[in-house]
Amino acid sequence: MSEFNRGRRTVPGADTLGSSWWWDRIAQGVVFLGGISAIVFIVAIFIFVAQQGLGFAIFELDKGVFLTSPEWRPTTEPEPVFGGLALIVGTASVTGLAMLVAVPFSLGAAIFIGEFATGRAREYLKVLVELLAAIPSVVWGFIGLTVVNPLIIDLFNVPVGLTILNAGVILGLMAAPIMTTIAEDALKAVPDSYREAAEALGATRWQVIRQVVLPSAKNGLVAAILLGVGRGFGETMAVLMASGHSVNLPTSPFDSVRALTATIAAELGETARGSEHYKALFSIGILLFLVTFTINLLADVAVRGRRKRR
Amino acid sequence: MAESRKAAIEVSGLNLWYGDFQALEDVNLSIKHGQVTALIGPSGCGKSTLLRAINRINERLGYVRTTGSIEVHGQDVLAEEVELTQLRKEVGMVFQRPNPLPLSVRDNVLYAYRLHRGGRSSRREEDEVVEGALTQVLLWDQIRERLDHPAIDLSLEEQQKLCIARLLPVKPSVLLMDEPCSALDPEATEAVEDLIWQLRGEYSILIVTHNMAQARRASDESVFMLMGKVVEHALTGQMFVTPKNKETADYIEGRYG
Ligand SMILES: Nc1ncnc2c1ncn2[C@@H]1O[C@H](COP(=O)(O)OP(=O)(O)O)[C@@H](O)[C@H]1O
Ligand SMILES: [Mg+2]
Repeated sequence: MSEFNRGRRTVPGADTLGSSWWWDRIAQGVVFLGGISAIVFIVAIFIFVAQQGLGFAIFELDKGVFLTSPEWRPTTEPEPVFGGLALIVGTASVTGLAMLVAVPFSLGAAIFIGEFATGRAREYLKVLVELLAAIPSVVWGFIGLTVVNPLIIDLFNVPVGLTILNAGVILGLMAAPIMTTIAEDALKAVPDSYREAAEALGATRWQVIRQVVLPSAKNGLVAAILLGVGRGFGETMAVLMASGHSVNLPTSPFDSVRALTATIAAELGETARGSEHYKALFSIGILLFLVTFTINLLADVAVRGRRKRR
Repeated sequence: MAESRKAAIEVSGLNLWYGDFQALEDVNLSIKHGQVTALIGPSGCGKSTLLRAINRINERLGYVRTTGSIEVHGQDVLAEEVELTQLRKEVGMVFQRPNPLPLSVRDNVLYAYRLHRGGRSSRREEDEVVEGALTQVLLWDQIRERLDHPAIDLSLEEQQKLCIARLLPVKPSVLLMDEPCSALDPEATEAVEDLIWQLRGEYSILIVTHNMAQARRASDESVFMLMGKVVEHALTGQMFVTPKNKETADYIEGRYG
């Protein structure tokens, strides 16, 4: 800003500078509005969700039942049951399996891109990972439905393929690109002098990675995994399509389950605004919000830890 | 007269390119066993490049090409079948900026030792190794109470001594040092110089320095490089008193900066 003012004084009456000054103001305004509105929207969403469900969640919802009963019968008359256990277990099992898939995949990819690939191959891989990260979740759900489903049925000789296994694999593949990007950032933040020092002492590439790079990048890698978990937790569409969407306490990866998010997405449109069912769905939303908030907070703490340590 | 003892490092016809840029041109050099040889010359003349060619650490870059030969104790280190791990056990390197690993002081000293041993040894044995190495670099009494501290918490002088100490347990024969004192204050510089002078005899040391006083004070022979070539190689006393080349004289008298 002050640069422009100075520029204007030294070249009096120059129209072009005047117009670029205005563009500068406008761009600044737009950026400012963008930043502010992001905060406003988040706060508004939070207030809206809290207003719709918080009172119910605190005063009316039977938390004992919600946390321990697998019975989700929100429309039974006259006594609906809001047992969330099956949904919680559904979400947790799908997310857990997704991490089993995504963690080795993404760490492996990050190590390859960050430590082994060079020049053009590296650039191509990074673009590829970013492209993968941009695939909409409904497409992943579609892949689960049309590709993974028959594959599981054939491979394991089971009657249904829309199961924890399916949703977990899909969700894992879906979370892996972002986790890869963050993990690679963490590896990149390790000073090259560490690698050089260890190599000059006789360490092989792989020893350098295992003994020096990974320990130094630990916090960033933990953050990457946590963000992946958060992603898995909050994902809706792909899980809705691939998990079978049936309320069920699973006993194996070949069982169908229903996720918390999918429940909201599938049922909210059919509830009367302000009804118990409606408020119960918002209570689930609050639970999701709390969990993702906690996970993101932990990831943030992990990243900060990394910065502080040098 | 210079060929009387077996050479620690024998460089012949060495050319080196970074991509298309030739950084070393027909370098021929014989570094004597057990002596300190100072490598001097203006910034950008290829001193670091030469040093980093000897332990082949420059190959990390991926776009370096080398022709000619480098022998360490008669063994061709540029040969394809050379194991880099072995080469770097034989030829230790100290960098311009102290670069301890993000580990404790103790683990730093033991890093190469464990690496080449293929694992940890008994606590007692390792304690002895640590004490021996730190004593040799005159650091033991100073930091014996801080062995479990992160090495990064040490002062720069201590860090650089530690970086020398961690080379010693694997018994290298050659130490390459790239301006090891340039990040240190004058007092620390003197301390590290003294140390280097003490290591003479047991180790053959090739040290790059910008500091003429240091080269003069603490080396047996000196090599002057200019634009990727070796211009003059002589006994230090001789080179600083009666340099044969005009360029050498100009540089020593500070006309290059
Ligand atoms: N990694 C590199 N890539 C390309 N050129 C380099 C690289 N390192 C050094 N050079 C070039 O090689 C020449 C010698 O550099 P260097 O060996 O670092 O000189 P010195 O250590 O004597 O100051 C310089 O011209 C420098 O620009
Ligand atoms: Mg240099």
